[in-house]
Amino acid sequence: MITFTPTEEQGMLVDAIRRYAENQLRKVAHDADEASEVSDDILAKGWELGLLPGLIPEEYGGYADGPGAVTAALALEELAWGDLSIALKLWTPALFALPILISGTDPQKKTYLPAFCDVECPPATAALIEPRVTFDPWRPATTATRCDDGTVMLEGEKTYVPLADTAERMIVYATDSQTGKVDGYIVERGMAGLEIGERNKLMGIRALPTFALKLAGVRVPEANRLGGEAGTNYAAILNRSRIALGALAVGIARAAFEYARDYAKERVQFGAPIATKQAIAFRLADVAIEIDGARLMVWEAAWHADQGHDLTQPATLVKRYAAKMALFATDSGVQVLGGHGYIREHPVERWLRNARGLVTFDGLAIL
Amino acid sequence: MIDFSLPERVKQQAQMTEMVALQVMRPKARYYDEHEHERPVEYVQFMWPVMADQQKRYLERERRKAQSAGEEKPSDDGQKEPSTYVIGLLHMVERLAWGDVAQYLCTPSGMLGGTAIEAVGTLEQKERFLSRFADAKSPPAWGAMAMTEPGAGSDTSAISTTATLDESTHEWVLNGEKIFCTNGKLALDESNGLVVVWATVDRSAGRAGMKSFVVEAGTPGVRVTKQEHKHGIRASDTVSIVFDNARIPYDNILGSPEVREKDSGSVKGFKGAMKTFDASRPVVAATAVGVARAALEITKEKLAEAGITIRYDAPPHELTAIERDVIEMEAELKASWLLTLRAGSMLDQGESNALESSMCKAKAGQASTHICQKCVEILGPLGYSREWLVEKLMRDSKIADLYEGTHEINQLIVARRILDYSSSELR
Repeated sequence: MITFTPTEEQGMLVDAIRRYAENQLRKVAHDADEASEVSDDILAKGWELGLLPGLIPEEYGGYADGPGAVTAALALEELAWGDLSIALKLWTPALFALPILISGTDPQKKTYLPAFCDVECPPATAALIEPRVTFDPWRPATTATRCDDGTVMLEGEKTYVPLADTAERMIVYATDSQTGKVDGYIVERGMAGLEIGERNKLMGIRALPTFALKLAGVRVPEANRLGGEAGTNYAAILNRSRIALGALAVGIARAAFEYARDYAKERVQFGAPIATKQAIAFRLADVAIEIDGARLMVWEAAWHADQGHDLTQPATLVKRYAAKMALFATDSGVQVLGGHGYIREHPVERWLRNARGLVTFDGLAIL
Repeated sequence: MIDFSLPERVKQQAQMTEMVALQVMRPKARYYDEHEHERPVEYVQFMWPVMADQQKRYLERERRKAQSAGEEKPSDDGQKEPSTYVIGLLHMVERLAWGDVAQYLCTPSGMLGGTAIEAVGTLEQKERFLSRFADAKSPPAWGAMAMTEPGAGSDTSAISTTATLDESTHEWVLNGEKIFCTNGKLALDESNGLVVVWATVDRSAGRAGMKSFVVEAGTPGVRVTKQEHKHGIRASDTVSIVFDNARIPYDNILGSPEVREKDSGSVKGFKGAMKTFDASRPVVAATAVGVARAALEITKEKLAEAGITIRYDAPPHELTAIERDVIEMEAELKASWLLTLRAGSMLDQGESNALESSMCKAKAGQASTHICQKCVEILGPLGYSREWLVEKLMRDSKIADLYEGTHEINQLIVARRILDYSSSELR
């Protein structure tokens, strides 16, 4: 049956995350953006919400009682409503754990997943984006070549790798130089040839440290190929990343909408609140419609993910629509505040800087 | 829970409707567009038994409800199956519009007039007025709603058709002129139909004075004066109606005849009819989606024949302009459809949905128009030609952003709701 009401459990989860977002994330977001860093204890409090263990099945140490893409979409929306940058930092370990869950062999799941259900979060990440204007996430230029000694050699450059400087391990996505298939490879900190480069200087998401990195002939055992001999279900991973980005887009857009709406009702010009002028009121109405439309598309795509359906078309539509919507909403946030929207004291310009990247952030979030 | 699985019954009805669209409507779509004011008899004859059966079962349900109203109901432990009526209806309407929205508008049934009667009529009125739509053995009949006037479009408070009570004969006397009445001629001149007419019993009272009245076919003093020539939906009958001292029985008023003060409480008549828009707007949105889906599918088919396919995994710098256009249009259409389903789902749950209803109508009306206009562009010389359906779909789609609340009016309603402003605070 077609229904649109979250379950009671989901409602409670959303409330808990909203409280964390409001009481923790919102309070530090501005300073974290200015300083390009956020304290660990905010992240520790977020980790206590247990979101990632909630997506990992019991047999691997978590407490998921079924597929959780829709639930994750609800959660990610709230986190992004709090602050996209810190949300991405909090969610970085999922970039390692969830692909293992989606596409790992049973031994891989048993080896790696339990640690993500622990009190402390293991430092792990993933490397997908590459530093090219013509970067195509479906066809990474980083190569994986099978060697005679049974190892796989990785060559290439990655960028926007979250927390690469502290990660113990990461998944690196590369194209097989003979077959053209894209797989993920587990790379451990300290492996020869792995060079963590400079921290990226980005327009937004400044509380999230991301890094360039180089793979200069890094050799990994065959067993480190995500999915083993069969290889990685890369489409599922990339598609689920796009759906996650859609959920984040809805959250940040909602933040901008609410702020602009409240401002417009307070701000008096020409003798009345500017919200009483159609130019402003209609723009806010259009933003509200787009947010609701995008949210429903995210939910539908997440539902398809939970049903095990093919995701490429829905995820592509979600990504295009949600990214465009988030830009429209956050740009409107600045616009409605007029000159004041341009000043970093208000959050709207930060939300615009953050949201513009969503179209590029393939691989920076996943569900 | 959040769920997108289609119930089996809805799926089957949708499939059957698609066959009607393909086999009955599509073959004649171009013909009736080129022969404006000819009636789509094939579609009408096919649909009449279906619609009559639906109306018959509605009346049976209403009678049962009235009978059991005084009886003790078994305790409801809250495990009732949610209705799928509106979701099912939206899927069917979307398919019919996909077939031909112009013919769909000629569906023999109460249509908007019937909806108004169902929303605020008494059981007696429902029997008296709707029975004519419930008998498959009698000839097809149409219902219509007449609201718009030359001086009153978006501004419904400017309606100047008057209804004066003649106490000596216990009749209402109607005077005025309505325009843009869909199915007005079918209802009044070509069948034993009816029109629900908006008139004021007291101009000084503004909206509080506005009531709706059922005018049946054959009422003296009622004259269809003009049939419009339109940009699209040409098979649909759109007329002006003049009321010249037209007398109707007192009991033909829907809702209470009392005029209340402007700001006091809920006045069943006007608000009841406004509420029918909360139910009808998602239906209009569904038609908009159907028309646009038809245009998109034809476009993709013709592009494929020309060797152009849409790659969903091409990176942005390699996507052709047309691929980007198609992908964006598909996304716009999906957003429109999901918003429409949400508004409909709320009706099935018995929830008030004014905001969501206006959202889906505004979104679908605009998206559908843009999609169809874009499809004509993409298909070049053949898209523009009357040999293909796409140019007709573009003309047919535009009305969805104009009737049952223009795009701007629906934006205004959304804006008021999200800003929590009354109609006097945000104009």
